[in-house]
Amino acid sequence: MIDFSFTVLIPLIPIFVFLFVGLVGHKMKPMVSGIIGTLGLATSAILSYFTAYMYFFRVGKVNDVYQSFVGNGPIAKTVNITWLQLTDKLHIDMGVLLDPISVMMLIVITTISLMVHIYSLGYMKGEKGFARFYAFLSLFSFSMLGLVLATNIFQMYIFWELVGVSSFLLIGFYYEKPSAVAASKKAFIVTRFADLGFLIGILILSFNTGTFDFKSLTDIHGTAITSGAGASFLGLSVMTWSLIFVFMGGAGKSAMFPLHIWLPDAMEGPTPVSALIHAATMVVAGVYLVARLFPVYALSAPDGLTVVAYVGSFSSLFAAVIACTQLDIKRVLAYSTMSQIGYMMVGLGVSKYGGEAGLGYMASMFHLFTHAMFKALLFLGAGAIIHAVHSNVMNEMGGLRKYLPITHVTFLIACLTIAGIPFLSAFFSKDEILSAAYHHNRLIFVVQLFVAGLTAFYMFRLYFRVFWNKEPHYHHTPHEAPITMTIPLIFLAIASIFAGYIKFSHFVSSDSIPFESEIEWMNVAIPSIIVGLIGIGVAFVMYKKESNLPDKMASGLKLLYVGAFNKFYFDEIYLFVTKKIIFNYISRPVAWFDRHIVDGFMNAIAAVTNYVSLKIKGFQSGQVQQYAFVFVSGAILLSVVFIYLFSK
Amino acid sequence: MNLENFLIMRHELVLTIVTLILLIAELSISDKSKHKIIPIAIGLFTINLIIGFLPTISGSLFGGMYQTTALQVTMKNILNLGVLVVLFQSVKWLKEEENKIKISEFFLILFSTLIGMQFMISSGSFLMLYLGLELATIPMAALVAYDRLRTKSAEAGVKLILSAALSSAVLLFGISLIYGTTGSTYFNIVGSVFTSNSLQTLAFIFFFSGMAFKISLVPFHLWTADVYEGAPINVTSYLSVISKGASAFILLIVLFTVFKNIVEIWQNLLYVIAVSTMTIGNLFAIRQQNMKRFLAFSSIAQAGFILLGLMGANITGMTSVVYFVFVYIFSNLGAFGVVSVIYYQTSKENMDDYNGLYHTNPKLSLIMMLSLFSLAGIPPVAGFFGKFFLFTAAAASGYYWLVFIAVLNATISLYYYLLVVKAMFINKNDTPIAYFKTDTPAKISLIICVIGVFIVGFMSIFYQYFQSIGFGI
Repeated sequence: MIDFSFTVLIPLIPIFVFLFVGLVGHKMKPMVSGIIGTLGLATSAILSYFTAYMYFFRVGKVNDVYQSFVGNGPIAKTVNITWLQLTDKLHIDMGVLLDPISVMMLIVITTISLMVHIYSLGYMKGEKGFARFYAFLSLFSFSMLGLVLATNIFQMYIFWELVGVSSFLLIGFYYEKPSAVAASKKAFIVTRFADLGFLIGILILSFNTGTFDFKSLTDIHGTAITSGAGASFLGLSVMTWSLIFVFMGGAGKSAMFPLHIWLPDAMEGPTPVSALIHAATMVVAGVYLVARLFPVYALSAPDGLTVVAYVGSFSSLFAAVIACTQLDIKRVLAYSTMSQIGYMMVGLGVSKYGGEAGLGYMASMFHLFTHAMFKALLFLGAGAIIHAVHSNVMNEMGGLRKYLPITHVTFLIACLTIAGIPFLSAFFSKDEILSAAYHHNRLIFVVQLFVAGLTAFYMFRLYFRVFWNKEPHYHHTPHEAPITMTIPLIFLAIASIFAGYIKFSHFVSSDSIPFESEIEWMNVAIPSIIVGLIGIGVAFVMYKKESNLPDKMASGLKLLYVGAFNKFYFDEIYLFVTKKIIFNYISRPVAWFDRHIVDGFMNAIAAVTNYVSLKIKGFQSGQVQQYAFVFVSGAILLSVVFIYLFSK
Repeated sequence: MNLENFLIMRHELVLTIVTLILLIAELSISDKSKHKIIPIAIGLFTINLIIGFLPTISGSLFGGMYQTTALQVTMKNILNLGVLVVLFQSVKWLKEEENKIKISEFFLILFSTLIGMQFMISSGSFLMLYLGLELATIPMAALVAYDRLRTKSAEAGVKLILSAALSSAVLLFGISLIYGTTGSTYFNIVGSVFTSNSLQTLAFIFFFSGMAFKISLVPFHLWTADVYEGAPINVTSYLSVISKGASAFILLIVLFTVFKNIVEIWQNLLYVIAVSTMTIGNLFAIRQQNMKRFLAFSSIAQAGFILLGLMGANITGMTSVVYFVFVYIFSNLGAFGVVSVIYYQTSKENMDDYNGLYHTNPKLSLIMMLSLFSLAGIPPVAGFFGKFFLFTAAAASGYYWLVFIAVLNATISLYYYLLVVKAMFINKNDTPIAYFKTDTPAKISLIICVIGVFIVGFMSIFYQYFQSIGFGI
């Protein structure tokens, strides 16, 4: 038996770092707290890699099936304690679950987080609140690691909220900037709203199945799946409803339409934060959640998966269109993230359970993995650009390839990767998703193929406008980033190139049984390459040099362009609904009722309480004889009453 | 009888030996170096505490007069732990000039009362129970009157002894009726034949009144306010935490074993008493300005909550009571600790004096806040779980209205606990209590409390352990 108990340290080390840096950080030199944070995370990363090695190559596979390890088992042992025993059967645990996707997520989170920690040593240097930044990063790492290791849906929910809090704190890191404060509030409120759905989903799900544990929920022979469908309501089973609610939480965190509005604003946070939280880890929590419950979705609520697929597909198209028009480079990347997460959701949505039919599941996880690498690279690259020119807006950039050679090369690699150029990592993962869509839903396949073209276009629009095009007048010459920033860039660039060569289907699959997956050149790969090259070509023509082509295009497609530029007015719609309708017609009357009726009632109670307490003061006279009198008469009164009422 | 059988009584024996050693030490130490008694006493008591955690032996002695199981041992250990905290908090006070010559008295008397409580917990017969009760009460009056030069302290001592005499009389009357109707004082025999005829009901209610006096349940609570206010702070904390906790434990055992036949009667009785205790305790606490009185009254209300768990009358109820008292010891001693530290440093004990405390003494304020949150039952500190389990136990037995009233009362208590927090953190003060350094023993005691308030809530192992040793009707 292998003892995996040490895995509990992977999330615990960051929380200790958080407490330490948070409590005594202000007494140290800023750089010291940064280094403590980085070393702590490096330790977690080493442990994660060791865990992954042990799991995937040594003990995880029994009879060709990857096992999931929770608590004391015959093969391996992890930490799992009962935290709250609610009833004899229902209990909430706190522990560590090891299975292919959680171990994979450990690698993703610790790798990206470590890179971000190192990068921030340079990027955040000299910022006020440097120690606070590292404390928050550690808190986030703890929460995210706890989330992926959760053994049950309730533990996941707790960490899910912690992740939300850390994200809130980090978006609002520059709390003196009103826009950052507004953005952090917006992110928190929107995701909290979505989490309400998640909570309802959890409650229905656990009520229906009598368990919170992932292991018993996703056991394909267990009662949750075989007889958990429950009664039907509005044409869908209770199980389907609960999973749709759960997906609502996932959609909020993963910025799926129509709960996506917080993600672009979240770019107010420091850029390394965007790379870590809003590109690589937290925003894919929704994908992870669906993947975690995938057997339940696939076997007992396939309608839920259909919802996932269409929401994912629409979001991905919607975001890609908007990304084509944005001028702020971080916002382009934010919409691109949303679009790519849409791909992952599509992968899950079109997947079936087991074997080859489960290709989409594997592809989705694969894409999550590669996306984490190249999207973090893009964000960190964007950070280096912003660091150099002190602006987020494309109009103030151009010709930067001369000044930022390392950033330029790594950024180009990332752009080529996301565009799906063959033999870079995203080519493999994206094509697996397209393959899965091709076999199960042609409409979605066509949409995703088109989105692939758009992706190539907007990324190269960004690339050409920043690194080529006309050079604006720089106040001072842009300079390459320090070595602490370029090392993570180079590392992630290498990862972006080679991550695709991992035989992912050997490790992750819907039923944990490894299978072979091949690229379908004729049906999928070649069309997607062609579409990608067209996208790059168009961007090349339009943005390589300064020209009036883009303006012509914009005026030609005026309606679409204006709509997309204004993000299809979704912020305005939400504002209208909340401020005009909800505030006026619901909140005001409720507030009136609260102020006059509820408060009045409460004040009356308070006044009565106060009055009574004043009146009974007389009992406390200080006279012992009176105390004795009350004592004896109390005893006699009670005796009389109870003898009269209860004695036989 | 084998001599080893006495090991069953090791809690009481070790504590008696400790007390005797102290008595001899007191005689052999010269007047100038009396303060050396303090480390000796605390050291010996720590040893006693550790010995208490040695593996348990269950059994009974003296023909069933004395009995012990894992449950009793746990209760005694909880009390020992609380007493250690109280001792740490008393060090600074004992070192004051006027107390110099009577330091050892404090320990001797306090340990005597503790021995009394432990005998009560382990008693298997009403006689034993009564002996323990007197041992726990009479020296207490001396302890309350410890500051004999302060009129209030002396007055409190007299009031306690008078009230206690009355309550003992009523209790004894009850016991004599029990003996008269059943022919025995042994718990197991009485338990098997006790019924709800008029005389036995009367006997039970008289007995209960005596116990209710110790836990200060309404209407047997009136002595508490004066005594708590008059007594030195550390004695008050001992009275309102340890003594009350011990009495709750004893009531728990007696109700669940001896009076299990008339569970319907005492559930209804407790219903009435719980409602009035919570409500009246809160109504009094809400108006208090003196921190000591404030905590004393709030502890009356807390006792009302304990009854909810008792009424569960099953294993969940028992577990929740033990758990609640365990948590309550840490939270209340945390609050008392801060009050006593501040009092002996600055002689201030009014709520207004606490205005702006956070700006000068942030650590003390935070500890106070945590303790009060725990008393009020705000998650995630342990007090929340304590109350939660009590409410669960009562709700599981179908007392929904009672739980509703209890929740209302918890809300009222939240209001006045927050008043203190508001004073410390929000209220402005031109002359706040200046920064000072807390003495080390008090610091240790406060750290123990904070750890307790945090850890006990998050570690389900405590609750599970209590559940494993508990029993129901």
